[in-house]
Amino acid sequence: MSEQLEPLKKNEISVNDVSYNHVETGESVGALGHAKGFWVTFTKMFKKPLTVEYPEVKAPTQDRFHGRHQLNRHPDGLEKCIGCELCAWACPADAIYVEGANNTEENQMSPGERYGKVYQINYLRCVFCGLCIEACPTRALTMTQEYELADDSRAKLIFEKEDLLAPLRQGMLMPPHPMYPGMDDSNYYKGDVKEAHPSQDVN
Amino acid sequence: MTTAELIGADSGGIIAIKALLVFIFCVLLTLMSVWGERRIVGRMQERPGPNRVGPFGLIQALADGVKLALKEDLIPAAADKVVFVLAPIISATTCFMSFAVIPITGEVTLFGHKTAMQLTDLPVGVLYVLAIASVGVYGIVLAGWSSGSTYPLLGGLRSSAQVISYEVAMGLSLVAVFIYAGSMSTSDIVAAQSTWWYGVVLFPSFAIYAISMVGETNRAPFDLAEAEGELVGGFHTEYSSLKFALFFLAEYVNIIAVSALATTLFLGGYHAPPGLGFTESWLGGWFTAIWFFLKVLSFFFVFVWLRGTLPRLRYDQFMQFGWKILIPVSILWVLVVATLRLMSLQGAPRTVVVGFASFVVLLVMAVNLGFDNAKKKKLQALEVEVSTPSFAVPTIPMSISTINVSKNGKGGDHV
Repeated sequence: MSEQLEPLKKNEISVNDVSYNHVETGESVGALGHAKGFWVTFTKMFKKPLTVEYPEVKAPTQDRFHGRHQLNRHPDGLEKCIGCELCAWACPADAIYVEGANNTEENQMSPGERYGKVYQINYLRCVFCGLCIEACPTRALTMTQEYELADDSRAKLIFEKEDLLAPLRQGMLMPPHPMYPGMDDSNYYKGDVKEAHPSQDVN
Repeated sequence: MTTAELIGADSGGIIAIKALLVFIFCVLLTLMSVWGERRIVGRMQERPGPNRVGPFGLIQALADGVKLALKEDLIPAAADKVVFVLAPIISATTCFMSFAVIPITGEVTLFGHKTAMQLTDLPVGVLYVLAIASVGVYGIVLAGWSSGSTYPLLGGLRSSAQVISYEVAMGLSLVAVFIYAGSMSTSDIVAAQSTWWYGVVLFPSFAIYAISMVGETNRAPFDLAEAEGELVGGFHTEYSSLKFALFFLAEYVNIIAVSALATTLFLGGYHAPPGLGFTESWLGGWFTAIWFFLKVLSFFFVFVWLRGTLPRLRYDQFMQFGWKILIPVSILWVLVVATLRLMSLQGAPRTVVVGFASFVVLLVMAVNLGFDNAKKKKLQALEVEVSTPSFAVPTIPMSISTINVSKNGKGGDHV
């Protein structure tokens, strides 16, 4: 290696062997060239501005925009979150706080053993990187396209579980309620449960 | 009856009313021009500009003014207090003063008195404007010096150098106008342009004045004194609240003032454009003010256009342009104009005048050609130097085939 670093003698090298970038110094553009610049700015005046007048006009986001989080539900209304805290561990900004708890007969919030009892996301810390979504093993945590998250106090920007939970849709029942009869948690993850069974309506 | 005699007959009350009118005109035009500039530059950058305060954002400038006035007024501990307070006052007052000699209308009737919309008509009116403009620079220089801070000091220094350099060119460009009009009074110069505007007859003077007035007012692309990217805010970095507002006001009134002077000296002042002379008697002569405003506003538009188009000059380029191009060209032009004027005054035959003029044109072309050739030779000399580097060259890695060795290769990716 050392002999390679030895500088070559002047006669051993020709200028064509050296890699360099040809810098365009540019010839003088002349009077017309300068006028061209003025013409550009002049014609721009008569073009429609690109501005989106935000509060009045809300441009749709990209499909994969990273907005506010959402905690999803199974089709029968049980929560998908199992309180595993993987999202909290994945979070580089330490914005997520999770406390898990055991499901019981009387208090079945999600299929299987555990559910997320406390779920907080601090939107003053969140950088919307989406690592929590990648970490989530049950697809409980996803991101919406909602971006209007400004508020006037720190407390209001810590979103609780009820702020993040997806709304109940057609065929869903508000947990806690028992699991679909004859189904276990793996059935839930396979997508065998399509809607709530009448026997689950215990409330 | 000349304008000077007409104005001389004004009573004190009329003078006070006219002074008030001029002041109101300046302040209103400033507010509107701040709005106008932001709107126009906005459109040039494909955005709407301020459009939220009032219809079309029209009272944006007023809202900004109120905001500035309500802000905390800071004086830095290191500042020279007296001068620090005095500087914006000098800046703001002087820029209004130059309007005293600008003729806004011809002969009109104001409250039953025959007068002209011009506060006073000095025999050396244009010199007075130049003098006042120079005093106005003290505001900027003193502001930079008294702030007791580095960036303002640099901004103030730049500004003083800039204004001194460009004032020379400006003054020289006006000499040609004086020679042709035979007067330094603004109203006489306007009257002398009743047939041909000096902007056409003395086009080189007009061009030099137009360039140096941008330098004189510290506007883009010559806004080195307040270059945001280099000097934070330049001379007004340490200023806040009303004192800053005064500088802001001074800048815009200055633009209007130099535009008004350009209108007066080169675009026929309040006279209607050729072919529209019949409009000058409308509204009892007041209609001429509209022509005056239109001309001033078109100058203002050019100011904005320049700002929207050109990047800021480097300081040395700027100084080189002022001293090595503008000033020599103006001196030569003044010599040519003086010779031509003398020839025509002494009744030289037309062939001699035309012969002299064409001689000058040929001389300019020859000199230009010489410069071009010298430039080409210089470039060729540079190219020869490039082909044999006399400095140590780094080792070439053994696998030379992977390196892009093309001499004209663009980009730096060695694939």
